[in-house]
Amino acid sequence: MSTAPLLEVEDLAISYRTGNRDQRVVHGVSFKVMPGEVVALVGESGSGKTTTAQAVLGLLAGNGKVEGGAIRLNGTDIAHWSQKRLDGIRGAVVSLIPQDPGSSLNPVRTIGSQLAEVLQIHKRGDRKTIQARVIELLERVGLTPAEMRARQYPHELSGGMRQRVLIAIAVALNPALIVADEPTSALDVTVQRRILDLIDELRRENGTAVLLVTHDLGVAADRADRLVVLQGGRIQEQGAVKDVLAAPSSTYTRRLLSDAPSLGKPRPVRILVDNQDFAIDVEGLTHDFPLTGGAAKTFRALDGISFKVRRGSTHAIVGESGSGKTTAVRSVVGFLKPTAGRILVDGVDLTTLKGEALRRFRKHIQLVYQNPYGSLDPRQTIARIVEEPLLNFEPIPAADRARKVRDMLNRVGLSESFLERHPRALSGGQRQRVAIARALVLDPRVLVLDEAVSALDVTVQAQILSLLDELQKTLGLTYLFVSHDLAVVRQISDTVSVMHKGRQVDGGPIEAVFGRPDSAYTRELIDAIPGRSMPDVAALASPPGLHARLSP
Amino acid sequence: MSSETANGANASLSADLPTGWTTRLKRLSPTLVLAWTVVLIVLLWAAFPSAFTSYSGTEGVPGTQLQAPSEEHVLGTDGLGRDLYARIVYGARHSLSGAFVAVSVGLLLGTLLGLIAGARGGWLDAFIMRLVDAMLAVPSLLLSLSIIVLLGFGTVNVAIAVGAVSVARFARLARSEVLRVRRSDYVEAAFGSGGTFWAVLYRHVLPNSLTSVIALAALQFGSAILAISTLGFLGYGAPPPTPEWGLLIAEGRNYLSRAWWLTAAPGFVVVLVVLSADRISKAIGRTEP
Amino acid sequence: MPSYLLGRLGQALAVLALTFTAAFLLLQVLPGDAIMIKFMAPEMGLTPDQIADIRAAYGADLPLWERYLSTVGQFITGNFGYSIQAGVPVSQLLATNLPSTLLLASLGFVAALILTIILAAASNMTGMGWLRAGLQSLPSLFISVPVFWLGIMLIQLFSFQLGLVSVISPGPVEKLVLPVMTLAIPISAPLAQILMRNIDQVLAQPFVAVARAKGASRNWVLWRHVARNAILPTLTIAGVLFGELLTGAVVTEAVFGLSGLGGLTYQAVGNHDTAVLQAIVVISALAFVVINLIVDLLFPILDPRLGIKVGATT
Repeated sequence: MSTAPLLEVEDLAISYRTGNRDQRVVHGVSFKVMPGEVVALVGESGSGKTTTAQAVLGLLAGNGKVEGGAIRLNGTDIAHWSQKRLDGIRGAVVSLIPQDPGSSLNPVRTIGSQLAEVLQIHKRGDRKTIQARVIELLERVGLTPAEMRARQYPHELSGGMRQRVLIAIAVALNPALIVADEPTSALDVTVQRRILDLIDELRRENGTAVLLVTHDLGVAADRADRLVVLQGGRIQEQGAVKDVLAAPSSTYTRRLLSDAPSLGKPRPVRILVDNQDFAIDVEGLTHDFPLTGGAAKTFRALDGISFKVRRGSTHAIVGESGSGKTTAVRSVVGFLKPTAGRILVDGVDLTTLKGEALRRFRKHIQLVYQNPYGSLDPRQTIARIVEEPLLNFEPIPAADRARKVRDMLNRVGLSESFLERHPRALSGGQRQRVAIARALVLDPRVLVLDEAVSALDVTVQAQILSLLDELQKTLGLTYLFVSHDLAVVRQISDTVSVMHKGRQVDGGPIEAVFGRPDSAYTRELIDAIPGRSMPDVAALASPPGLHARLSP
Repeated sequence: MSSETANGANASLSADLPTGWTTRLKRLSPTLVLAWTVVLIVLLWAAFPSAFTSYSGTEGVPGTQLQAPSEEHVLGTDGLGRDLYARIVYGARHSLSGAFVAVSVGLLLGTLLGLIAGARGGWLDAFIMRLVDAMLAVPSLLLSLSIIVLLGFGTVNVAIAVGAVSVARFARLARSEVLRVRRSDYVEAAFGSGGTFWAVLYRHVLPNSLTSVIALAALQFGSAILAISTLGFLGYGAPPPTPEWGLLIAEGRNYLSRAWWLTAAPGFVVVLVVLSADRISKAIGRTEP
Repeated sequence: MPSYLLGRLGQALAVLALTFTAAFLLLQVLPGDAIMIKFMAPEMGLTPDQIADIRAAYGADLPLWERYLSTVGQFITGNFGYSIQAGVPVSQLLATNLPSTLLLASLGFVAALILTIILAAASNMTGMGWLRAGLQSLPSLFISVPVFWLGIMLIQLFSFQLGLVSVISPGPVEKLVLPVMTLAIPISAPLAQILMRNIDQVLAQPFVAVARAKGASRNWVLWRHVARNAILPTLTIAGVLFGELLTGAVVTEAVFGLSGLGGLTYQAVGNHDTAVLQAIVVISALAFVVINLIVDLLFPILDPRLGIKVGATT
């Protein structure tokens, strides 16, 4: 490491202009990337990590501006280069692997033409040479048969395959630096692992440096040489991955580490009374969706799912996209009528209820949605949102209603000052607290949480999870927790069903399933979870006293 | 790609900005203020025309025909010696009330049809939407004329004809808004917490669909003024000497080579009012929370 | 795919049938009949018996459903009835008036298209903020101008003030310059508005950033990535535009004193010649439906995403 740094960001300051105000989002950020090195920019939303990465490429949004500092690439400051000058190095010296493979390819042009484009722009050979190189690249990233893939359109490929195309574009000209902006956060965990492996492999082959932008400490721990931790546009700390993880110097990093869910931190085993009192009993749940176009063709989204949930415990449904977990949840809360099977909630078969009886029964089972931005009516105040369920059943005096709403808000940790606010004035975590309050105001027995913490930053996620835990203890609630995140699931649930392509491939007590998975799929899922190289942070993050109390 | 940071910046911005009326006033766009001013003035013309001019809107003064704009006659006089400014001021009532009737017809009928179609679905939805398609298939002017043939000429009939044409647009928008809102998580959550169909419709679907419908109403107000003046120009509206704006342009046209301002001035007023309606409509459409 | 095609075709036929029925009810049944208006006029001096004979000859005495069915049959075979006022078949009136209106409308459409592309391209390629803002607000102005007034003002400007276009006996091409401009300016407005909005939306797409990261210049991205994605959804308003075009042409003809569909409509409304009006309404609805059908069927070919399932356009 005696050579000069490839990228040297020094005292970088960036601001966005909104209306007539400049809002600074990056404050004096400095770091270096050596040739061939992987540096991870880690932070939560609003930390300025993406903005910093965009600035390195010279691709800030239209209202963004570099206000100070330098971005030196091979010793030359490019921070104030014209776009025209930057066009010469983008793609050739610095390239990008973007966040969302779904919309990062032009939908009306073929894969081949979009890959060829980067070679055409930088004039690398005639038509024939370019065509040959395109095929070679597609094969290299594992898209075969390459000739056929080159003629396909983005919508004909899966998310993982699209990300492979984008990787091929990024490595096409052997750049010195690749900026990978959350390259796998939109992908399923098993796909994520394969994509990260591919990036690793290619960068080793070519000696390319990678600036990895990620919110996932696990991914950064597994893949990077050095870490740069950002919060609120400022660097909290930086250093070699091992050093930062083993002995974080800033309190923020410590908090990040302790809040990040990981397989190393299972839920303290709870002794549940081995009673036969099941709050939810699902048997042979099957759901067929009619396929459009074909006359009698159907698609089986759920195929004979069965599970039981003891009262007061948490059951998790785990699966990747397309596993059928969403369909299962929607059936359990009574939004979908299953094709076959029965769903007993508190001993009542939901599938036999309809009309007014179903409406009345909804009181007992409530759903919290994934997206806290879409599940609250933007026009209502928080007080109205939490109060509304009460209006749907036996009328109670307004004063009692108001008291109940206030109590419930207090319970989820929101003060009375929130009552008259609108959802848009709340953060994602606060909104999710409101959604939980709305769900609990009817005193339901069962709470269904559909990816309820997936859209939140890890520190907020940890807060909501501990709130849920506390509510369960005090109110004796039964949770049905749906998630794609195995680490979170392991942390909070007692029993689990693993779903894959509409079938339940594994199920039972959490320790059994995670310790000795029955199916190859579950094993693959567990192996794919990032963060293996993370130290056992529970020991280092929590004060000794608490730690002692937690471990048996 | 920038959504993360942009959202972050916005959220913190709106959170720490004081929302007093003075700051809101400062943030108002000058073009929007101008648009409201134009609409306000024209509304006042319609309500109290005599407060704005001492001349009559219909009676001419012999011997003062075709005068160029002067201090006495700001916009000159027409072929019968009538003050053009006075005629425009008095005409506001005809054009605005016509547009008001037209928008009311379209808004009420169209929104109702769209709401029913979107909320009920099924064969009723299919039937209403085919009806709407059929209305949209006929060019707007031809449809208006067909209705005028049925109802006869005159200010009110023209307004109704223009309004009937816009029923289809309101119905389409209201339906798509209802469908959009119905798909949202918060509507499902409202059903999930035991809400009845009508309660959810009233509490969530209606208020959330209404913004864009009202924005369309503002836009249609402008289009209605245009359409009414077109029909007035073609001679299907109010008979002379009514100072309807389209009719003023038609009359001025005969003196185009000698007194171009007779045509230009009422036209400019129409353009200004329609442009203002367009601007206001855009501002309403953007208030989405 | 075939079932989609059939469904779409069925929908189009349903719309046509509804339009026809509505036009029939609105124009033939409700207003009373045109025969009475023309032949009962005192100056004709006809006896009630004679009027009854004429009514029978026109089939006006038949029950409603028989008249409806026979009108349907006639329209399908291209017989649009008889203009009572002009005393000639409606199809003959259309044959003489339609071509000039179609010429005006198509020239106006082409001019509007050129104007739209110039506006959109110029506003996206200029680096000057004020010019961009100015160009982007032009469509709002264009859409607010009454067509007839615009025509008159253009005559005033180009003929009377500048003397560029002769008012008295202009040449065949010269005659059309101002009408085409009159028609094109308001038509370009909705087109330009939608195109500009689409361009802004596409520019915000991640794939544009990816293209820039490949080293593509702004203009390269604009023409190779943005253009096609932005123009495609603009196609969906082609049908609506046709209606606007026809409306505009009718008014433009009235302003410039050109013969065509405008004059025909004008006379038909004045004389309650409902057969003529009904034919014009049904034919323009037919054109609208056919244009939309073509656009809908073209879409899956132009947009690879819609190769399998279509129908999101309505």
